[in-house]
Amino acid sequence: MRVMAQMAMVMNLDKCIGCHTCSVTCKQAWTNRSGTEYIWFNNVETRPGLGYPRTYEDQDKWKGGWELNKSGRMKLKGGGRFKSLVTIFSNPKLPSIDEYYEPWTYDYATLTDAPAQEHTPVARPKSLISGKNMKISWSANWDDDLGGSTETAHRDPMLAKIADKVKFEFEQTFMFYLPRICEHCLNPSCAASCPSGAIYKREEDGIVLVDQDKCRGWRKCVSGCPYKKIYFNHRTGKAEKCTFCFPRIEVGLPTVCAETCVGRLRYIGLMLYDADKVLEAASTEDEHGLYEAQRDVFLDPFDPEVMREAEKAGIARDWIDAAQRSPIYALINTFRVALPLHPEYRTMPMVWYIPPLSPVVDVVQETGEDAEDKGNLFAAIDALRIPVEYLAELFTAGDVAPVDAVLKKLAAMRCYMRDINMGRESDPSIPAAVGMSEEEMYDMYRLLAIAKYDERYVIPSAHTEQAHSLEELGTECAVSEYGGGQHDLFGEGSGTPTPIAVENFEMLQNRQTADTLAGPENKGARVNLLNWDGKGSPPGLFPPKGPDS
Amino acid sequence: MSTFLWVVVPYICLTVFVVGHAWRYRYDKFGWTTRSSQLYERTLLRIGSPLFHFGMLGVVGGHVIGLLVPRSWTAAVGIDDHVYHVVAVGGGLVAGIMATVGMVILIYRRRTVGPVFSATTPMDKVMYLFLGVAILLGMWNTIAGSIFTLGGEYNYREGVSVWYRSFLAFQPDAGLMADAPLGFQLHALVAFGLFALWPFTRLVHVFSAPVGYLTRPYIVYRSRDEQELGSHTPRRGWDRINK
Ligand code: SF4
Ligand code: SF4
Repeated sequence: MRVMAQMAMVMNLDKCIGCHTCSVTCKQAWTNRSGTEYIWFNNVETRPGLGYPRTYEDQDKWKGGWELNKSGRMKLKGGGRFKSLVTIFSNPKLPSIDEYYEPWTYDYATLTDAPAQEHTPVARPKSLISGKNMKISWSANWDDDLGGSTETAHRDPMLAKIADKVKFEFEQTFMFYLPRICEHCLNPSCAASCPSGAIYKREEDGIVLVDQDKCRGWRKCVSGCPYKKIYFNHRTGKAEKCTFCFPRIEVGLPTVCAETCVGRLRYIGLMLYDADKVLEAASTEDEHGLYEAQRDVFLDPFDPEVMREAEKAGIARDWIDAAQRSPIYALINTFRVALPLHPEYRTMPMVWYIPPLSPVVDVVQETGEDAEDKGNLFAAIDALRIPVEYLAELFTAGDVAPVDAVLKKLAAMRCYMRDINMGRESDPSIPAAVGMSEEEMYDMYRLLAIAKYDERYVIPSAHTEQAHSLEELGTECAVSEYGGGQHDLFGEGSGTPTPIAVENFEMLQNRQTADTLAGPENKGARVNLLNWDGKGSPPGLFPPKGPDS
Repeated sequence: MSTFLWVVVPYICLTVFVVGHAWRYRYDKFGWTTRSSQLYERTLLRIGSPLFHFGMLGVVGGHVIGLLVPRSWTAAVGIDDHVYHVVAVGGGLVAGIMATVGMVILIYRRRTVGPVFSATTPMDKVMYLFLGVAILLGMWNTIAGSIFTLGGEYNYREGVSVWYRSFLAFQPDAGLMADAPLGFQLHALVAFGLFALWPFTRLVHVFSAPVGYLTRPYIVYRSRDEQELGSHTPRRGWDRINK
């Protein structure tokens, strides 16, 4: 047994309102530089829909992830090492910018500069790639809320698998939102495809990062990742990806997307897993078995044997403690309501999802029946094969049984809690029908419905005795436009990097947990305008006022 | 004059090449990349880039053999001059044509595809000029010099190659180059110019050829501790504690 810790996330899809707040805040934090205009570390897709980039799930076309070769061993779907090097001069499977979208801005200046004229001036869209006027014909969310879906939705690769049963007619349709970040896989095919070895998985918390100094721009990771969560910065010529907001995680703060999520549907916590079993689990022959196989890789943090091994592996006591309190562990293993996204890619993804019951509830509601009645809901789950099979294509490689089980648990919770909320006697037969005790059902309800900040995010901070080696002290972040790396001689962002300072994040945390508005008192006297929110004067800017003033 | 051209200039270029790379690697690891423009345009690139790169691999291989292997060695293993000549010219032509055609496609693409052109730095343009001229002169030498023997018979293996080896051995014999045909002289000079530019252009990616990929484990794990703190050495006067 080789115990390793992994930072993981679960999203409860029923609660996602598709507001895109997560995408926007993530973009503001990480990809608001030139060259990253089209890069969305976090994006929210309407499903059924084409996704971002378009049809990325069609691995027959894009060849991302792993597959088993004839002898049952793992191999990269895009081809082995040798093939990779031979095709290095032009990556045959790289999506072009059209598959994402051509980013644009508007020439706002005409609105104010235009001379007096009969017609109101308009700001025309300008391509951020070529600088020319352009016609906008696609974007990261073109099919949001099923917009234009009668024309595009049939190209959804997941819908195509169950296509013979689907008539995509508006009256019969269903939809939900799928927010996506990098999966921080246990068996990342992006890292495996990188010829330079620049992509690595951090031993401490499993976060997958691109070493910006070692990346040479071969773009193999972009095609290697089946989720298309590595993007190529077209100005710096380097690959970039979701960082799980590691500078925040290291000081115990949740990621920006989770922190700002309007639906409060994201959970973050640790999972302990047995690194020795990853490869074997990922090589499970039957695709339907991959979900269970991955669950088997996870270790029970309450098991004394596991705790002992974890401590031997150098995992600190408070981390084991956090793993025991992990909401992720509860959702994946205790309640078994979270499922992995596309386990069939065999990368062992670590951002899991609670599939939405809402497509089912909506249909029941429309018929005028009681949508909180167990009988109605269970019957509907059995009858509504299309949404259920579609969910199965996303979360269990097409195996409906686990999706059925999860949906029934969610339905049961709905009915069970209604009795309690109405002040009626609770009905123990409801949890029993899905194999849970009343207490378990209530606990699950608590975690899903009312869990507070510190229950949703159980993030042990990195150890202060290692503070000198926290990566954020010396992170390479191409923020040259914002001062610092002013030497652009060799192209965008070249030259010495500007580090993200640890102070930025520590001060942010201090301020967020302080009672005062402007900032905590006496916590470091360094002036830092980056976190200054405009309230009062930034700490340290002026000397402390004397007693007489 | 010939000492200047064939001793001083080459050594200056060589020094710039070596020192330049060391400096660039220390100073600008972040800028060390292929700066691929495949995202902008892929149809032309899919043809031009492999043609050019594989052609160049052949060209470089040919130069290594032609410049570094003395005539006496090939003679010793029983390859006579004629056979050598046919193989060298044949191989050189194939590789050269591939590289030239690839280069023409790539330069055409760079000039005509808007986004690619606007992502081209001044350094790129200078580099393209030197690279292009060097390749064309090389082709000229092969076709005009070796096939049609315009301007008389010249066996570079007795001239240029010998000088080149003497140059690498730090005992340069400038006279050998001074006697070479103009085409060879120009080709060598432009090439030395290219070497001097090399560390300051995107050509540095040549030294990142990821052969290590063939042997390393698929998944790389790295610890926060064991890694250096970023690429940059701390500014002078700042010493890290415990490191
Ligand atoms: S989801 Fe993330 S960790 Fe997994 S293969 Fe893609 S980029 Fe790598
Ligand atoms: S912020 Fe939350 S609710 Fe809004 S789209 Fe993102 S995940 Fe959904």
